[in-house]
Amino acid sequence: MAAQFHTLPPLPYAYDALEPVISKQIMELHHQKHHQTYINNLNAALSAHASATQTNDVPTLISLQQKIRFNGGGHINHSLFWKNLTPPGTPGNDLAGAAPTLREAIVSRWGSEAAFTEAFNQTLLGLQGSGWGWLVSSGGARGRLEIVTTKDQDPVTGPDVPVFGVDMWEHAYYLQYLNNKAGYVQGIWKIINWAEAEKRFTAGVENPVKL
Amino acid sequence: MASLLCTSARVALRSGASATSKAGAAGLTFARGKATLPDLSYDYGALEPSISGKIMELHHKNHHNTYVTNYNNAVEQLQEAQHKGDISAQIALKPAINFNGGGHLNHSLFWENLAPSSAGGGEPPSGALSQAINTTYGSLDEFKNKMNAALAGIQGSGWAWLVKDKQTGQIGIRTYANQDPVVGQYVPLLGIDAWEHAYYLQYQNRKAEYFKAIWDVINWKQVEKRFS
Repeated sequence: MAAQFHTLPPLPYAYDALEPVISKQIMELHHQKHHQTYINNLNAALSAHASATQTNDVPTLISLQQKIRFNGGGHINHSLFWKNLTPPGTPGNDLAGAAPTLREAIVSRWGSEAAFTEAFNQTLLGLQGSGWGWLVSSGGARGRLEIVTTKDQDPVTGPDVPVFGVDMWEHAYYLQYLNNKAGYVQGIWKIINWAEAEKRFTAGVENPVKL
Repeated sequence: MASLLCTSARVALRSGASATSKAGAAGLTFARGKATLPDLSYDYGALEPSISGKIMELHHKNHHNTYVTNYNNAVEQLQEAQHKGDISAQIALKPAINFNGGGHLNHSLFWENLAPSSAGGGEPPSGALSQAINTTYGSLDEFKNKMNAALAGIQGSGWAWLVKDKQTGQIGIRTYANQDPVVGQYVPLLGIDAWEHAYYLQYQNRKAEYFKAIWDVINWKQVEKRFS
């Protein structure tokens, strides 16, 4: 079996395309440095895992689990995140136009778009430390919608479907918003890719880091 | 210590104490039972070039102050819940007390275990602490390497601490997630903040450079005091 390595997926838009909500500098660092580091560390952990598997070295296999979880989670989460964002003013950012099925499910669950947004914002701002906020479809596509947080780089795992995620690590916003994370959270709605969210909600998500 | 602190706050409130009083080894101050933001004993720019003045200002005036505000709010709600005998509300407040009280404790200790080089920052430890470090780690440099490795290994937000074990008197390195404070079996001696807000404006993703530079502004005199 030839060793296969994970590589950094290209962004589906330019580094400055999410301005003014997320600056070019943040996007460059976040993609080229942070995301790349998770991939490097994941590849190293997987390679050590493959060697330990060959020698049936169970203690080493167990000791690698957390590295795989953290760095694999970082790779999965960022891969999903880039795709569930879109430049402001693009058709994908129009909830009603781009995500009719998801919109209906949101309104039936929270009463209104505004109530959903408010609940999501409160959840994001309540995170203690590094982590992510997600809209999740429980149990699979077209499931019950839930707002959840995952700590550090824990990913949303199957059968739940991550409809969209918001990175709440300080590196995602600090250069631009400093300690005003509420400003970042309010701005993120102008760049959510509802077309991608609709696709995930109705059809689920295949392995987002498939080789 | 978080519970100890809120107890002090409550006692101060009950007794109607109006004067500012010192509570705890961290030198945390309370005015009328409320936690308050402690002053720094140096200027915001005094730790440059290790830590920029802008980082210090935001970190102290905004981040630390938010922990103080939210801790006071949580304590107020806790007092209400205790007054009403509402046990589930008291338990539900535990994460807020831990996180915000921990943030207040950690930062209060952090500011004091830093100092500009003009005030002795970076001067190596001496006496019993120096001996304990040499016995445990071989040398001060080896201790720094181990501490930096612990800092680099934190997955997410958190702190690394040099601690003293109350049971054995021995020192060791421990990491804590988010704002979990050093309480219980261990005494905090030296803390280094590994949250991204502690370095990002200056170092961005190059956190190893921050961990390296901070040793130039460590206040070992303060660490010695905590050790003894």
